[in-house]
Amino acid sequence: MGSNSINWFKFASPTSFFPVAGRLARWFAVLAAPLAAAGLWLGLVVAPTDAQQGDAYRIIFIHVPAAWMSMFIYLVMAAWCAASLTLNARLSAMMAQALAPTGALFTVIALWTGALWGRPAWGTYWAWDARMTSELILLFLYLGYMALRHAIDEPRRADRASAVLALVGAVNVPIIYFSVKWWNTLHQGATVSLTAAPKMASIMLTAMLLMTFAAWFYAIAVAMVRVRAIILERERRTSWAGAFVGAAR
Amino acid sequence: MSEAAAQPPIERGGWPGVAWALRRDLRLALRSKAELGVQLLFYIVVVTLFPLGVGADPTLLRALGPGVLWVAALLASLLSLPRLFAADFADGTLEQIALSPYPLPALISGKILAHWLTTGVPLAALSPLLALQFGLGGSELLALAAGLILGTPTLSLLGAIGAALTLGLRAGGALLALLILPLYVPILIFGAGAVEASRAGLAAGGELSVLGAALLVAAIGAPLASAAAVRIALD
Amino acid sequence: MSLAEFFAMGGYGFYVWGSYTMTVVLVAIEIVAVRKRFRAARMAAQPGENAG
Repeated sequence: MGSNSINWFKFASPTSFFPVAGRLARWFAVLAAPLAAAGLWLGLVVAPTDAQQGDAYRIIFIHVPAAWMSMFIYLVMAAWCAASLTLNARLSAMMAQALAPTGALFTVIALWTGALWGRPAWGTYWAWDARMTSELILLFLYLGYMALRHAIDEPRRADRASAVLALVGAVNVPIIYFSVKWWNTLHQGATVSLTAAPKMASIMLTAMLLMTFAAWFYAIAVAMVRVRAIILERERRTSWAGAFVGAAR
Repeated sequence: MSEAAAQPPIERGGWPGVAWALRRDLRLALRSKAELGVQLLFYIVVVTLFPLGVGADPTLLRALGPGVLWVAALLASLLSLPRLFAADFADGTLEQIALSPYPLPALISGKILAHWLTTGVPLAALSPLLALQFGLGGSELLALAAGLILGTPTLSLLGAIGAALTLGLRAGGALLALLILPLYVPILIFGAGAVEASRAGLAAGGELSVLGAALLVAAIGAPLASAAAVRIALD
Repeated sequence: MSLAEFFAMGGYGFYVWGSYTMTVVLVAIEIVAVRKRFRAARMAAQPGENAG
């Protein structure tokens, strides 16, 4: 990107990141919309009906991107938490704080759509399969993070405590996933194969990719708006905030 | 004034720190034996609730038994966790402990060890007796007790992280449960799984090994994470 | 596919549209909520609020 390298640390302070976040929010929102439209068009209209599952399989165009994003956001959140602990940076903690609700939302969407897909696909809304059960536990991890933040009044203690929690959670996610998988094979036997995604015609893959990128850009846009709110909330007492509001944009 | 040339604080070793905290916390815990008794009683009551809820059909109880006994053990551990830090935090002793020359993770390990000896061990010892109520027998009882002996230290270790993170917060107990129970899930799965394996006639060695491995990892990681959490709470 | 077929989704309309509708609703709620939060934060950061 040209010979002048970006001084990233310039943006490490909440006040200088604030306008950047605003621009990022706008850009990613603008990008997310057509991606979603294209993905939905391909997935709902163009993609052929599946031989085994009929049109019910079309739920995957929401379910799979949502599940991927729920996990991806948790990792990104944990990375910001690690940064906030090692760099002692307020903004890193604010980024984690901004991402959590969106990550939790995607988890809820994944669970809801998974249940609605489960009913036509293998007869029951909730089959206690490894992926859905792990997804549910992931929701608990998100909610725990948000609850801990909320319970601590002092912002810096909240930053650090929830960062430790998120990192402990991140380390445990694979452990939890593999235990649940083991538990599931133990109790289900080899009866139903619950990896029932239809053989992917390329058009289905394209639709899923489009929706995944749409979800990703949406998440960034929302997180950027939320982090701006958080910056204003937490930097309220500085004269900067007053000046910003005075310039009212 | 004496210029008090900055003397480096006398650093004490890790193992003496563990021993010091262990002795102290054991002494304190044994002073309130009633509290320990109440914890055990809670375990018994919770275990008794399940048959009352699902009916006394022996086949059903046999199937539920391992899970019920383990879930009750998790809840009993959870209930006893605040004991680790709350009292010391309230009267300022925890701050003193954090300032002591012993490394904080070592001191916390000693505390956790004391917690386990007064919570997990009695639980594991009592469990075969309660398991009889569910019609478990022979090798199942052994697998249950062995699993609990291996698993309860990990419950104390992981729980210590949660207890340290939630020090002094209003939300307290319920928040601690929300934070810790997801982390407990693997222990539950393999602990109950060990009993079911021995029921099926297989050796429970695999499940018990997993519990052992989890214990080793937790024994190293949890005191470090707890120490970080304690310092965060004290700052 | 006709419009009627589109809505019916081969008989699975309840599941497919139940999924898509809930997603749209949740996303809409999040967008509204986050913008509300931003506006509230901006209001609260008015110069009058600063104790100086």
